[in-house]
Amino acid sequence: MSHMAAGQPHRLRFTFNGSAIDRACEPRRLLTDFIRYEIGATGTHIGCEHGVCGACTVTIDGQPARACLTLALQVEGCEVCTVESLAGKEGCLGVLQAAFRRHHALQCGFCTAGILMSLDALFAQHPDATAEEIRDALTGHLCRCTGYAPIVRAALEAAAELRTKLKGETTDA
Amino acid sequence: MKPAAFDYVRAESLDEALDVLRNEGSDARIIAGGQSLMPMLNMRLAKPRVLVDIMRLAELRGIEAKPGRIVVAAAVRQSELLEWPALASELRLVSLALPWSGHVQTRSRGTICGSIAHADPSAEMPLALLALGGDVALCSAKKRRRVAARDFFLGMMSTDRSDDEMIEAVEFPANSGRCAFREVARRHGDFAIVACAAVKTIRGVRLAVGGVADMPVAREFDTIDGSALDDALNAFAYDLDARDDFHATARYRRDLVRTIGRELIAEVVQ
Repeated sequence: MSHMAAGQPHRLRFTFNGSAIDRACEPRRLLTDFIRYEIGATGTHIGCEHGVCGACTVTIDGQPARACLTLALQVEGCEVCTVESLAGKEGCLGVLQAAFRRHHALQCGFCTAGILMSLDALFAQHPDATAEEIRDALTGHLCRCTGYAPIVRAALEAAAELRTKLKGETTDA
Repeated sequence: MKPAAFDYVRAESLDEALDVLRNEGSDARIIAGGQSLMPMLNMRLAKPRVLVDIMRLAELRGIEAKPGRIVVAAAVRQSELLEWPALASELRLVSLALPWSGHVQTRSRGTICGSIAHADPSAEMPLALLALGGDVALCSAKKRRRVAARDFFLGMMSTDRSDDEMIEAVEFPANSGRCAFREVARRHGDFAIVACAAVKTIRGVRLAVGGVADMPVAREFDTIDGSALDDALNAFAYDLDARDDFHATARYRRDLVRTIGRELIAEVVQ
């Protein structure tokens, strides 16, 4: 049994955006705070801290999840990805990010990192996701700027582009 | 807010987890997916001294089809049950209600048994378990026991589980025939203002309602049409003792119970 005492640092190992993390962490540390303050990746935002707003959404082993409702120690051995993983080489925007920019799918941008991670997970599992399925994934997020319509438009266009890319990769191989 | 400090135990066997519960009693809490408990910790509505993580226990990860019932163990995530290929045929009511339980981002972590243990009066899984007449399997370091869903829920986030017990699994009757589910919420996936589940029984229909009383409540309806049904639904709506709150008035909730109840009963007896 591993019993980790309160207030003490305990070893925590997981994969973060493809890199191995091996740090110390106390039990009460939330994954959101570990990502922002221990790793220093501030793309993941902290909103409500009780799972309602969706701003802190990351993927854990490919599944979208609330980082604020996850203890850092719970992701031992897991693969965690945040919005930083979506960017292309040398800071170029990824496919989803570029589509969001083209369609004005963000204004203040506070909710955007979480929404991008939910859509990234959705398209990895369902490349042909419909507008309805996209809207269902978006029910887990609050955006107070856009009215959601531009987000759905951007998501549909990004999905189409990702499908073309995927096709290219499988036929060129 | 952030949780108050606690010890974290990553259990490597069920016995270890139960030992902690025996020794620590109400100071210990089981954490599975954490989607109900973590908000309570973050808001400091719960301040356990020890958290016991059971998600690494392989023996609690199974969905098992036994004769006449489906056993869902404590560490089965909601998303895993949703993806179970036999769900729509074996547990149709759960397949209808589960997509309303939180969002894809919480179902990916949250467990079925965790939702039952939390016993929120507007949650879908307690409602489905009650409507189907399922059981809760509890275990402690000393003994195992089964409790019918109708005896398990005692009130607002209150259950028959003792401090030294944990839910090992929940058992749903399999393939229980015609059923229907409907919910009204502010946003799909938010807590239900009213959620109703109807299941066809030998004598009529069992209608269960969540989001109104301080726990899900089921009632048998033997008379299934006409003004007698209207009267019976109206009596049921009033017996639930609805209250006004931020989300809806008591009157609106009673109206939803009457309207949705009537629709669902018609749907399952047609």
